[in-house]
Amino acid sequence: MEKEKLLQDLKKKIIEKFNLKQQPADIGDDEPLFVEGVGLDSIDALELIVLLQQDYKIKLDNAEDGPKVFKSVSTMADYIIQHQDANV
Amino acid sequence: MFNPVYIAGAGVIASIGDNVAGCMLSLENYRDGIGEMQWLQSVHQHQLPVAEIKKSNEELAELSKLPVNTIRTAMLSKIAATEALSNSGITDFMGLRTGFVSANSVGGMDKTENFFQHFSKDHNAGRLRNVVQHECGSATQFVADKLGIQHLATTISTACSSSANAIFFGARLVRNNILDVVVAGGADALTKFTLNGFNSLMILDHLPCQPFDENRRGLNLGEGAGYIVMVSEKAAKILNIQPVCTLSGYCNANDAYHQTASSPEGTGSYLAMKGALQKSGLQPGDINYINLHGTGTKNNDIAEGTAIKNLFQPQYPKMSSTKSFTGHTLGGSGGIEAVFSVLSVQQGYIYPNLRLETPMAELPFTPETRFLKNVNVNHVLSNSFGFGGNCTSLIFSKL
Amino acid sequence: MEKMKIYINATTGISPQESFGATVYPESITQHPGNWFNSIEPDYDTIIDVKLIRRMSRIIKMGAAAALKCLQQAEIKMPDGIIVGTAYGCLQDTEIFLQRMIDYNEELLTPTAFIQSTHNTVGAQIALLLQCHHYNNTFVHKGFSFESALLDAIILLNENEMNNVLVGGVDELTNSSFDILSRFSLYKKSLPGNLYTSKTKGTIAGEGAFFFLLSNLAAKKNMAVLNAVDFFYKPQNSDIIADKINALLSSQGLSMNDIDVIITGRNGDINNDALYDTLEQTVFTGRTVINFKHLCGEYPTAGAYAVWMAALMLKEGKIPQALSSQKTGNEKIRTALVYNHYLNEHHSLFLLTAC
Repeated sequence: MEKEKLLQDLKKKIIEKFNLKQQPADIGDDEPLFVEGVGLDSIDALELIVLLQQDYKIKLDNAEDGPKVFKSVSTMADYIIQHQDANV
Repeated sequence: MFNPVYIAGAGVIASIGDNVAGCMLSLENYRDGIGEMQWLQSVHQHQLPVAEIKKSNEELAELSKLPVNTIRTAMLSKIAATEALSNSGITDFMGLRTGFVSANSVGGMDKTENFFQHFSKDHNAGRLRNVVQHECGSATQFVADKLGIQHLATTISTACSSSANAIFFGARLVRNNILDVVVAGGADALTKFTLNGFNSLMILDHLPCQPFDENRRGLNLGEGAGYIVMVSEKAAKILNIQPVCTLSGYCNANDAYHQTASSPEGTGSYLAMKGALQKSGLQPGDINYINLHGTGTKNNDIAEGTAIKNLFQPQYPKMSSTKSFTGHTLGGSGGIEAVFSVLSVQQGYIYPNLRLETPMAELPFTPETRFLKNVNVNHVLSNSFGFGGNCTSLIFSKL
Repeated sequence: MEKMKIYINATTGISPQESFGATVYPESITQHPGNWFNSIEPDYDTIIDVKLIRRMSRIIKMGAAAALKCLQQAEIKMPDGIIVGTAYGCLQDTEIFLQRMIDYNEELLTPTAFIQSTHNTVGAQIALLLQCHHYNNTFVHKGFSFESALLDAIILLNENEMNNVLVGGVDELTNSSFDILSRFSLYKKSLPGNLYTSKTKGTIAGEGAFFFLLSNLAAKKNMAVLNAVDFFYKPQNSDIIADKINALLSSQGLSMNDIDVIITGRNGDINNDALYDTLEQTVFTGRTVINFKHLCGEYPTAGAYAVWMAALMLKEGKIPQALSSQKTGNEKIRTALVYNHYLNEHHSLFLLTAC
């Protein structure tokens, strides 16, 4: 999947899921999703794990990888691309 | 002037025993109640061990002398509350002002789950009898009616600290001369709702839990009920009760950090313990045993441990998490652990923290792993902390 | 026991009426069609921290907004305690999680609805918004949820360990709760022209979130004094209720002749209202009696609406014209008694006087 489209999709999904006021364009590709950036927290991380599983069929087995994978929309997209390739 | 609050007796049912004697025997023999679920129906049956009471609803109905379609929480509640009264030697309230302050976290959810399965497809479907006791208050009112307690019945629900707050509030009703006798504690049955809720938080251990261990993986849910009977001096005389111990301190504080997570430094836990000590007029060094909240999650144990370190250093009392036996019984836990704390003061017991292999690196103390008898226990601190930052500590003291 | 005086420094709430932020009782009644009264909700974004609001369900927003507004009115930043009474707790989140659990057969569940379904969420979120580490409790006992919370607050103030406590009663109505309670025959099929004279079974569904800043100190601005609260379960007959009322009044050195207005919990259900009929012909004879459930509907913590209404009337010293069919004199009202019962089981009394 093309990364640019994936980034846009993810931003839309995140805004919808977390009921954020921002527009997709307001979220930077590399902006931290947690705390100081978009302002997500540990509960949202669990929501993102399910989102990966449900929408992209990618299982994040180790919750401790969360902070690395969900650092930004860009890192999430990279993880998805990597693991989707692995699944093919 | 405020009345002193005496504890007259205790009653309990948990996965390790149907009564006080049964639980004490299991504690002494290092026998936990955690294993594969037998009665709870869940797709996670083989993955998530629970501390289930080894009885079907039919068996509990017989034991509680309640109809079999009663919500499981009410049956557990009645069994333990009845034992608490008989253990206190109370057969008749002699016209004294009596109250029942009980706690639970999900009321009749065991039946609601069934109802909702049908109702969600068609709002005219589902049997109403399965939802009639849904409210948390229903279990309390139902049991109060059965126990013949008339003056006051109320229910507290502050997640995992619920029944500690019920005891706290019950004590203040006696202290302020509003009631003479109060049965206080709480109950919760295992439900699919809570099992899946905690599972979605990824804090359930797939093995028996290891509270306060460096390699702890999470908690096991359990079920049960625990109550103590508190009386005023006047009631103790009229009912001819020899008090077992006293509730000398209590405090309720809020972590105000996050809906579920504890602050890293355990602010709420620290304030609750400190406030309870202040209330009792005791110094940290006076505490002989801490019954830890000790759920076995990464987050709880480090927050609670850090708060204990900050409050007690450099001298640490003996401590353990009896959740390594009973699992986390949520709204029942504060009541069950209050019963264990009362027995600790009364009998001089210190309970073991099971499965402790590697003490937590961040903490300068290690929980007790042996069952100790004949210890001179003057003061026990019991911790109950919950979602929503609700933290409550109680102190039970020798008379 | 020597009781100290307890002041209602401030109170506000969200309800099917224009109650939010009102300092005098709204002169016009908001009419709702149908047998279900929903709250008139303010724009929460201007009241609640954006970081916290995004997850909140309706009841949490209602409770948090009412609590924050109440503190603002009292000019208190940090209360010494927060106590909430709610019979049903957070129904919407409970339903969401149950539904997902069924739909996804216990797999792929996310925690947000679950963690907010616990009954103490409203109290907890208020503490979080305020960063308040103080006493925090939640009572969940059917028609005594709000009353228990008030009792706890009164005891705390009497113990003199606190000077002010924020206490509230909150309950929400959802599609599911309405449908379930309808199947228990709680509600009328449609709203009659006059709720109180239909002489049929059933009432109107309601909801609300009210908060009170209680203090054992007189503030610059006080709404009223909360003299006494009593609640009792399943009284066998109206004589027992009359005894309870008289005992409550005499504990304050008052008699029925001192009561300027009685607010009763009449809800239009012929069975429910029989007790009020009896009392109006006996102990309440000759007194001014007004009702409130045509304004907020019936719900387990509706007593909070009546106490709010009493406090506003005592502050003003008069009964709003919209609320009284009886001719009321020009004399300033100084004493109000609320008598409410929920489903004939949970009965409560509140006595308030002007400051």
